[in-house]
Amino acid sequence: MENNQEVLLRVDKLVKHFPIYRGVFQRQVGAVHAVDGVSFDVFKGETLGLVGESGCGKSTTGRTILQLYKPTSGSVHFGGVDLAKLHGEELRHMRKKIQMIFQDPYASLNPRMTVGEIIGEPLMVHNVATPKEIEKRVAELLQKVNLNPAFASRFPHEFSGGQRQRIGIARALALQPDFIVCDEPISALDVSIQAQVVNLLEELQQQFGLTYLFIAHDLSMVKHISDRVAVMYLGIIVELADRATLYKNPLHPYSQALLSAVPIPDPLLEEKRQRTILEGDVPSPVNPPSGCRFRTRCPISQKGLCEVEQPAFREVNPGHFVACHLVK
Amino acid sequence: MPELLLEVQGLETQFRTPDGVVHAVNGVSFGLKEGETLGVVGESGCGKSVTMLSVLRLIPSPPGKITAGKALYQGHDLLTMSDEEIRHIRGAQIAMIFQDPMTSLNPVMTIGKQLIEPLQLHLGMNDQQATDRAIELLEMVGISEARQHLKDYPHQFSGGMRQRVMIAMALSCNPQILIADEPTTALDVTIQAQIVELVKRLRDELGMTIVWITHDLGIVAGLAKRVIVMYGGYIIEESEVKELYAKPSHPYTLGLLGSLPRLDETKRERLFSIEGMPPTLYNKPEACPFAPRCRWSMERCWRENPELEVVGPDHRVACFVDVKTGRAR
Repeated sequence: MENNQEVLLRVDKLVKHFPIYRGVFQRQVGAVHAVDGVSFDVFKGETLGLVGESGCGKSTTGRTILQLYKPTSGSVHFGGVDLAKLHGEELRHMRKKIQMIFQDPYASLNPRMTVGEIIGEPLMVHNVATPKEIEKRVAELLQKVNLNPAFASRFPHEFSGGQRQRIGIARALALQPDFIVCDEPISALDVSIQAQVVNLLEELQQQFGLTYLFIAHDLSMVKHISDRVAVMYLGIIVELADRATLYKNPLHPYSQALLSAVPIPDPLLEEKRQRTILEGDVPSPVNPPSGCRFRTRCPISQKGLCEVEQPAFREVNPGHFVACHLVK
Repeated sequence: MPELLLEVQGLETQFRTPDGVVHAVNGVSFGLKEGETLGVVGESGCGKSVTMLSVLRLIPSPPGKITAGKALYQGHDLLTMSDEEIRHIRGAQIAMIFQDPMTSLNPVMTIGKQLIEPLQLHLGMNDQQATDRAIELLEMVGISEARQHLKDYPHQFSGGMRQRVMIAMALSCNPQILIADEPTTALDVTIQAQIVELVKRLRDELGMTIVWITHDLGIVAGLAKRVIVMYGGYIIEESEVKELYAKPSHPYTLGLLGSLPRLDETKRERLFSIEGMPPTLYNKPEACPFAPRCRWSMERCWRENPELEVVGPDHRVACFVDVKTGRAR
């Protein structure tokens, strides 16, 4: 079914290493392997969820796609061009089509700008509207995100976290993008406010035919909003499948453990649940384990193959990709 | 009825700020039975942490002030006893662990020193005894090669390891009650599962009474026996855990449960969302604090604040409306 869908964005073997410098001469002594070769497609109009624990490289992946970080290697194809090869004016032009919503609604809005200036800034920077038009467009956008258009003259500190996140969403929508990277847009919000923002994102997606890359660590929320889900661990994608398959039949031992660690708000189910508790912590991305990256915490890892060879990211069932030697 | 280990009656705590008085806790009463695990649930600013901090007199004062209420522990009121007396209870009999293990540990002291110091102060142990006990504690919370780790500094530990150290410290004097203030919020899910599992094991081994403060209704479901739901500085629902999830009776609890996407959901449905925002608490609400966001609110809800009433076995709720029918009870 997905084969006849249009690919909006193709990420191919994307790598992002951050160099580490030491000593008087600032020689490079190593690198943080934040993203280490991820490949996936994003189909037009879908929401692709990207989950993983902190430090697994999910946010770096999002930012590298937008070229906020220059990729170390690999390509990001969007609208027929490789974003990684673009520079200056060409890249700026492409940015109109790809936008981002940030995690922290407190840090991502300039406290000295009014809401109107914040939302109107992308329009001004890209020179697509006159000041009069901008004013009108800002009012429209505020309405779209269920805020009072009169708020345009206020400052961010007058708003709650949920309202600020709506302002951030309005800013991302200003240039009518095709693709939005949502980097943990609800993690900083209260439980009852999270649902408001998620519902808004879903409405806007239907209304404008948006495509989302939804980055989060909350597996239940990702399941709710995504069409397909990719699970990341230590810089690589270990499993990717449509949401129903991934949650019903996770194949990678890490996906299995991650799902079993999520508490379900139901005491009767919790009582009966069998948990796979992973031992230890995520290893450092400066010096990731040889072979399979998950082998140090994997409950089923074997001597030999798992220690030597990094498992290929292969399609085991149509649309279901796994990177594990032991999955048949 | 089993004996109440801790009984809080009519607790009120306020904070004086330049913008006015914040009424953080507005007359909270509850009991804690020996050996039980009590979950305290609510969103940020609902007063759940302030309630427990008030009980231990850990509210910074000024600006904070406990203006009314009692907290009886073994017949003594924690709120009126001398500073000297409460210092013997804090840490020794009622211990607390906090949300952020990064900031709760002293960065320039080794883990060993931080563990050993309270043992020598509170229990009068000598160096050898305290070191042995510190190693035993670290092993108890699942830190291997404990002896080597005594010489480490907090920055050498990961978030999950630091939270383990915090738990080890909290347990060092064999407290009767452990108050855990969102101890897993800053951690990843797989590490959260480790910590929850550890606390469950220790609870069963040591027979501890636990108060677990959280905003996560999922954790509470698997851990607590009884749950208190707070909103705007009030307890709005209190119930045995299974009863609460089966029959949530306050519109807020109902909304909160409805707004959670569930891992076991099969159909993709629109999430139920509670409109509006939590109250600011600058004025002590004369009416029901949830009325402005409640879809069933009636004229009476805007005039009077409902008291907790019994609606089922071990289940009390503060609401004029019966959520099953949407009409007055």
